[in-house]
Amino acid sequence: MSVTTSSDTLSARFAQLRGEGRRALVVYLTAGFPDPTRSVELIRAVAEAGADVIEVGVPFSDPMADGPIIQESTRVALQHGVGLTETLAIVREAQVPVPVVLFSYLNPLLAGGAGAMTQARDAGCSGVLVTDLPVGVDPEREAWFGESGLAFVRLVAPTTPDERMREIGRHGGGFVYLISRLGVTGTQDTLAPELESTVARLRAATTLPICVGFGISTPAHAATVGRVADGVIVGSAMIRAASESTQAAASLTRALRAALDGA
Amino acid sequence: MTASIPVNRDRFGAYGGRYVPETLIPALDALESAYEAARVDPTFQHDLSDLLEHFVGRPSAFTPAPRLGELIGAQVWLKREDLNHTGAHKINNTVGQALLARRMGKGRIIAETGAGQHGVATATICARFGLTCVVYMGEEDMQRQALNVYRMRLLGATVVPVTSGTRTLKDATTEAIRDWVTNVNDSHYIIGSVVGPAPYPRMVRDFQSIIGREARAQVLQRTGRLPRAVVACVGGGSNAMGIFAGFVDDAAVELIGVEAAGEGLASGHHSASLSLGTPGVLHGSLSYLLQDAQGQVHPAHSISAGLDYPGVGPEHSHLKDSGRATYVAVTDREALEGFTLLSRLEGVVPALETAHAVAWLAGTKGRWMPDEPVVLCVSGRGDKDVAQVRELSILPL
Repeated sequence: MSVTTSSDTLSARFAQLRGEGRRALVVYLTAGFPDPTRSVELIRAVAEAGADVIEVGVPFSDPMADGPIIQESTRVALQHGVGLTETLAIVREAQVPVPVVLFSYLNPLLAGGAGAMTQARDAGCSGVLVTDLPVGVDPEREAWFGESGLAFVRLVAPTTPDERMREIGRHGGGFVYLISRLGVTGTQDTLAPELESTVARLRAATTLPICVGFGISTPAHAATVGRVADGVIVGSAMIRAASESTQAAASLTRALRAALDGA
Repeated sequence: MTASIPVNRDRFGAYGGRYVPETLIPALDALESAYEAARVDPTFQHDLSDLLEHFVGRPSAFTPAPRLGELIGAQVWLKREDLNHTGAHKINNTVGQALLARRMGKGRIIAETGAGQHGVATATICARFGLTCVVYMGEEDMQRQALNVYRMRLLGATVVPVTSGTRTLKDATTEAIRDWVTNVNDSHYIIGSVVGPAPYPRMVRDFQSIIGREARAQVLQRTGRLPRAVVACVGGGSNAMGIFAGFVDDAAVELIGVEAAGEGLASGHHSASLSLGTPGVLHGSLSYLLQDAQGQVHPAHSISAGLDYPGVGPEHSHLKDSGRATYVAVTDREALEGFTLLSRLEGVVPALETAHAVAWLAGTKGRWMPDEPVVLCVSGRGDKDVAQVRELSILPL
């Protein structure tokens, strides 16, 4: 048996950050957006600009948890013929020195068949996050992800009760993705007022690092969230920058990094 | 990976489940508890029966169809959901769910609609109860069913055009789920079919099972025997589950669901998820689904907006796999013939959805014994479709 699994890569990154007293910057990018070639460039650019973890989204035809910006990016990616197979090819080609988390709806992963998670590991993924597979809904399929050698990153919502948070902590790996507010992905001007108390509830339920996503679009937001959480996740704002240029995405990443490190 | 069979109340065999964003899990738990309590609450059941009788107009009629019967060589009976208030079976479910929403203290209702029948049925009960109503409808369907859009607005509902994806029922459902995720604390989502995450498929079936309970009593009363078969159209499958529920324990009664074959099963333009789909996850449940090899949902097609959906209720998937029900498919063209046929033979203009079931039945001469009762569920009336059929210029009238 190998000593180092992919999930350890993610844990090691968070341990390192914790040791340095720094917050994690997690960047989301839709695979294949704006096209497969530039998608590879984007992953490399945000890694170089200071992202600690990169979530690479598998395009899906019916992204029910996503707002307009990510919906549009998946539509464009699908037009380029990017599904799970192509997503893994993009991750493999990008070969970045930071952990990559495969971010997907369940159906494309099921369609990938029994070997899909092994292929994801081989492509260089360290973790997997499944938007529509909450804790306890399908133990057999959850076990498939949990035992894949990838860190199985779970989501927590503001509506999640304390007992369920503990359950999620027990069955999750890598970090916990805390959804900052009710709703779908997307940018917003202000942060949810109850965020701090939700982080505190979650802190009491799990020892996993807590990263906060949904609606974090500016360096100022990142700095604010960085004061209470272990990391911030930026998705829609990054996709909006990426639709301008790879340089714009890199600049946003650097600005977020600076804001987080100054926090 | 191999298909697993988690055995719990969320499932029908391997199908169903709750594949939704985490945010919705507590709301689904709360809905399930509220529903379980309401089921055994005499006050709730009394209020529901009262509304079904005096607002919806139940029990719905059970009409002999002698000329259609003569054509196919059987005793055909029509279960007349078209005679319900708002013209379709959809209101059986919206009345039940609106009562439940009121019980849960939710003042805002979200719904999706394809043909507009579910949207109208939701807007209707929301008007009656003084609830805020927001209906998501695909832009293409809004054009196909302009009259129903006007009816919903007349009833005080907000109709939101959905411009993403295929601009039909699938995308309207996705958009309704997004609204619910955002407004889950004060809103209840009245899903219109036996689809979605648990407990919806079971709850909607239960509210629609009044069709089957009435039909079973009526066929016994009128003919003294159980029918040889029960036939219903299947999109998401709520009218079919409703009538099947009354007969599923009668092993000798054939259950036949008729899907939309669109431009033909070989054309790639159809909505026959049970006939040609493979198991997959969409809108919160695992069921047969039209999808490609990479798990992307394949756009459905049907002349009927109400059947134009790439998925199907999970209980139908279970009934198919277990062999308890049989699923067939008829094309757009055949459905149009069914539309005319029932109009001319029986004086009943069916919805284009129902017309699929009519069309299949019309082709079954020789399949039955002459004295055997066969029950056809007339899920809705065709008034909403008359303009569309006229534009297709099928009939030189």
